[in-house]
Amino acid sequence: MTSLFRFYTFAAPSRFYALATRSVPWLYALAMMSALIALYVGLLLAPTDVTQGDAYRIIYIHVPAAWMSMVLYLALAGWSVVGWATNAKLAYALSRAIAPTGAAFTVLALWTGALWGKPTWGTWWVWDARLTSELILLFLYLGYLAMVEGADDRQRGERAGALLALVGVVNIPIIYFSVRWWNTLHQGATISMTAAPKMANTMLQGMLLMTVAFWAYAFAVIFARTSRLILEREADSSWVRAFVQSREER
Amino acid sequence: MYWNTWSDFWAMGGYGLYVWGSYACVLVWLLLEPLLERRAHKRALSQISDDAE
Repeated sequence: MTSLFRFYTFAAPSRFYALATRSVPWLYALAMMSALIALYVGLLLAPTDVTQGDAYRIIYIHVPAAWMSMVLYLALAGWSVVGWATNAKLAYALSRAIAPTGAAFTVLALWTGALWGKPTWGTWWVWDARLTSELILLFLYLGYLAMVEGADDRQRGERAGALLALVGVVNIPIIYFSVRWWNTLHQGATISMTAAPKMANTMLQGMLLMTVAFWAYAFAVIFARTSRLILEREADSSWVRAFVQSREER
Repeated sequence: MYWNTWSDFWAMGGYGLYVWGSYACVLVWLLLEPLLERRAHKRALSQISDDAE
């Protein structure tokens, strides 16, 4: 029992640090490769859209960014629950590491959406259910970041942030189903957007490749940030001291 | 290849500003965030090694 306890409290962060820092360059490489192929497919290979013209090419980044903003929020909330339940050091560190990247993908989804909306709808912004709930998602991320990063007492900040994150989960199905629940300006499922099957195939491939790239990127940057957060909070532990010393000797 | 000329490609059928405005911002952020994180990591390491001395 004691050995198991020791594993969770001491061994896990150092093991995670070693594994994560080693995997980060590979994840960046995977992200870059799939992004380049996605750009080639989406910008050079795919034909134009009959109704939207070439403005439609924004969806190759808009849709994956919007997906990431929701998936990362669920991950943030999930790790917050784990943190709350087990007090595992790694869980809160993961939640904190996810938040800035999730917030960034939310901003990018809103920004690319606005740049798509202007030529296609004739407006940068409407208070439609999909857009409004995505904006609320951004406020949830910012609220979480303010609570956690601004707290004087780290543990209290992380617990308060976890609670906010958990309550905010209700917004995710609202974003996802908003185009079905309300009569919105934002269109429904992206995949049914095109008419000709051949066109749909290239477009779908481009979008899925970009999704792979964004996933790999998110894993890379979140693992990098989690390792740094672990380093900071474990600064007084023997493994961090030993690690820093071994770096200096090199 | 869908485009006939490079200027067609950059013009994006008249939507160049919107398309490239989207792609540029995404690209800038996806390059900036890892760099910022790398810097923060190095800072954390040197902070710890300074404290140890």
